[in-house]
Amino acid sequence: MTFSIEEVKKELAVRMPDIKLRTIRDSLLIENPENLPRVAVFLKENPAFLLDYLSSVTGADYLNYLESIYHFYSMAKKHGPLVLRVRVPKHSATVPTLVPIYRSAELQEREAYDTFGIVYEGHPDLRRLFMWEGFEGYPLRKDYAQEDSETLETADVSWLEARGVTVPAEMKQKAQELRDSGERALAQKPLKPRN
Amino acid sequence: MKETFNFKNAGNAETLEINFGPQHPSTHGVFRMVVQLNGEKICGLKPVFGYLHRNHEQIAENLPYAAMMPYTDRLDYVNALANNFGYALAIEKLAGLEVPERAEYIRVMMAELARVVNHITVIGFMLNDLGAFFTPLLYAFRERERILDLFEEITGSRLMCNYLRPGGVKRDLTDAHLAAIRAIVTKFPAFLKEFEALLTKNEILCMRCQNIGILPVDAATNAGITGPVLRASGVNYDIRKVDAYSIYNRFDFKIPLGQKGDAYDRYYVRVLEIRESLKILEQALAKIPQGDIVNKKAFPLLKMPRNFKPPVGEAYARIESPKGELGYYLVSDGTPQPWRYHVRAPSLINLTLLEEMCLGQKIADAIIILGSIDIVLGETDR
Repeated sequence: MTFSIEEVKKELAVRMPDIKLRTIRDSLLIENPENLPRVAVFLKENPAFLLDYLSSVTGADYLNYLESIYHFYSMAKKHGPLVLRVRVPKHSATVPTLVPIYRSAELQEREAYDTFGIVYEGHPDLRRLFMWEGFEGYPLRKDYAQEDSETLETADVSWLEARGVTVPAEMKQKAQELRDSGERALAQKPLKPRN
Repeated sequence: MKETFNFKNAGNAETLEINFGPQHPSTHGVFRMVVQLNGEKICGLKPVFGYLHRNHEQIAENLPYAAMMPYTDRLDYVNALANNFGYALAIEKLAGLEVPERAEYIRVMMAELARVVNHITVIGFMLNDLGAFFTPLLYAFRERERILDLFEEITGSRLMCNYLRPGGVKRDLTDAHLAAIRAIVTKFPAFLKEFEALLTKNEILCMRCQNIGILPVDAATNAGITGPVLRASGVNYDIRKVDAYSIYNRFDFKIPLGQKGDAYDRYYVRVLEIRESLKILEQALAKIPQGDIVNKKAFPLLKMPRNFKPPVGEAYARIESPKGELGYYLVSDGTPQPWRYHVRAPSLINLTLLEEMCLGQKIADAIIILGSIDIVLGETDR
């Protein structure tokens, strides 16, 4: 890495004084996510940095907020990485997209949307990447409750029966009981992490 | 629920939407694409992922750091050793571990052997996609088997090697192993010569692959394409040279570059890369020192993985896997399990421009283009 995080911060403070930045470990946190595309364009085109290659886009769940993390490198100058991050609240997780600036964000933003529910505003084709359409919940969030794969719910029973599978009466009754109690068949979380 | 694919041009009476995969032998696993055709010409293509999704990243969040190593084998199951390498580097970065000299050499040697295995497999399968059913592939597999036998002897498994450890490697190489590697390295060029005599100037291969699926330089860098696919377009970017991770700065090797960026260049860059890998192997065999194979500081991590707590922080380690840039992003919260574990998978991101590469080509060419990109679904879908 031929530049330090402080240099980037200083340069940004001169060119874009309205953008608030904070250094977290070896990365820069952009306080207002709306400013992210401006910073990215600046870093891509400034001849001192020329960060023309967005290597990785990913999310992370920090319980109180979600984070979207970007790793930039330069193919032209062969340096990097520069790590940028933005924080958004869980209930309204919207981050502006970087796809018009970096095409490499296209599938990775879809992945972060799929697993964390971060909505990348302006993304040309924001669909789930791994899960199917109609899947509920975001599996990499820490509060995601996993379905119990061994207990059937009424929806599963009707799905199976529509395809000609005979479901044992006992299972059917259990599914109906679950439905009546208004609960879902969720997997029991281990008290301690498995190791 | 009905699936919707936002094709750029809405279909009309002349276009046809066909489904390709996930159970198609040419899609290298369970990859699926929905193709919009006009006659035989492709006018739209959407890849569909997730048929091999197993939430790899969440599995890691429930396991101690060292216990994730065998799972990384299952990402890119054609060259498991490169995946181990990236993950080991990420943990070492996080925990500040150093690797003994001998272990570094062993790692580089194993990674380069894995690269050779990967590239010959890819070339073989790409020719299968061309219609040269199994003759070139079995030639390639014959040589691949020799290397896999060696892997089995050293690591205990042909494919799921689980060989690297944070801070070193699992087992030492004996002189017999080194002699076996040397035998492979000396015999391999003869095989490559034979292989190339069959293929490189083969008229059918040239006609089918040249000027097919051209990837322009600007688009490639912008879309984050890496590995042989990027270098076939003429961009000199190899992480072994750029980052010089591990001990790659000690070896003298060249980076083969293509000119046009078509499927043929991608084929040929791989052939040349095998030659460079053999060069690295030769140098490593000549220089490998005696010594420890695991850093003593890593013992608590390996012997008592449940008690190993790296300091709070994060690390991003990337390596030049045969498919492209393989990155591991780890966030530690000071507990024995990582808070966040992410894999930057080259197979997934190299598919970003698949549609652009296929537009205007024939449907039969799409299969070659996909074969020349080289994807493994274990890594794409994670």
